[in-house]
Amino acid sequence: MVNYGDQHLDRVFAALGDPTRRAILARLEREDGLSVSALAEPFAIKLPAVMKHLDVLSEAGLINRSKTGRTVTVEISTDPIRKAMNWLRRYERFWTSSLDRLATYAESKEAEARRKGK
Amino acid sequence: MTSIALVRRIAARPAILFEALTTSEGIASWWGPDDLPVVSAQADPRVGGHFQVRFRTRDGQEHECAGQFLEIVRPERIVMSWQWTSGGEPVERESVSRLELHLRPIETGTELTLVHAALRDEVSARSHERGWEGALDKLARKFATH
Repeated sequence: MVNYGDQHLDRVFAALGDPTRRAILARLEREDGLSVSALAEPFAIKLPAVMKHLDVLSEAGLINRSKTGRTVTVEISTDPIRKAMNWLRRYERFWTSSLDRLATYAESKEAEARRKGK
Repeated sequence: MTSIALVRRIAARPAILFEALTTSEGIASWWGPDDLPVVSAQADPRVGGHFQVRFRTRDGQEHECAGQFLEIVRPERIVMSWQWTSGGEPVERESVSRLELHLRPIETGTELTLVHAALRDEVSARSHERGWEGALDKLARKFATH
């Protein structure tokens, strides 16, 4: 719970903050294990630019690259996203439960004030 | 999704709810995820004033968070900074988040909106600008089942 601001999480969110990188991930969701050139094909940008995006995704741990002969294949990695979601869920749980108790407390104070005719 | 927003209707007038949100006694009665008494709570509800809360979770661990009141409009709006701390010192100096509480009077009491903008401001703003929320949602749904 304490470790919510870790740098890794920042990298994940930053990596997801770009439409091309999101498009790459979306494609990998459908067809995992594509080669870099197949992955670059639909984009109107040059291969080196795609490679740069892949670097960012890889540093965030969102993809894994592996080399077989002369072909580099790219696979999506689910862990960092799961971690980001867990983080959000934890806070949602924290506040939902706190607000339940806040409501109980404030409502009893309201009832008390009414009893006293305020 | 860099922030969490929760809306709750509470059967108490804004002034009473505002007290519950800003006084030490109030905070001590509800803060924390588990139904356990808060260990300690201090709050100085004026702009620039500090708050600090220590609470225990069911796993027996003690947690501490602290921050500063950035805006106070009684009984409508509270904005505070929030950080996890340990012995009064920030656990991660740069990880300050922002907590906003908005109170709107309704017939039955108050509608409370809580917004916890949870990431570092810079990252959060940048991400919002580029609108990745939808994408993250979609990915989350996908991976929730894995």
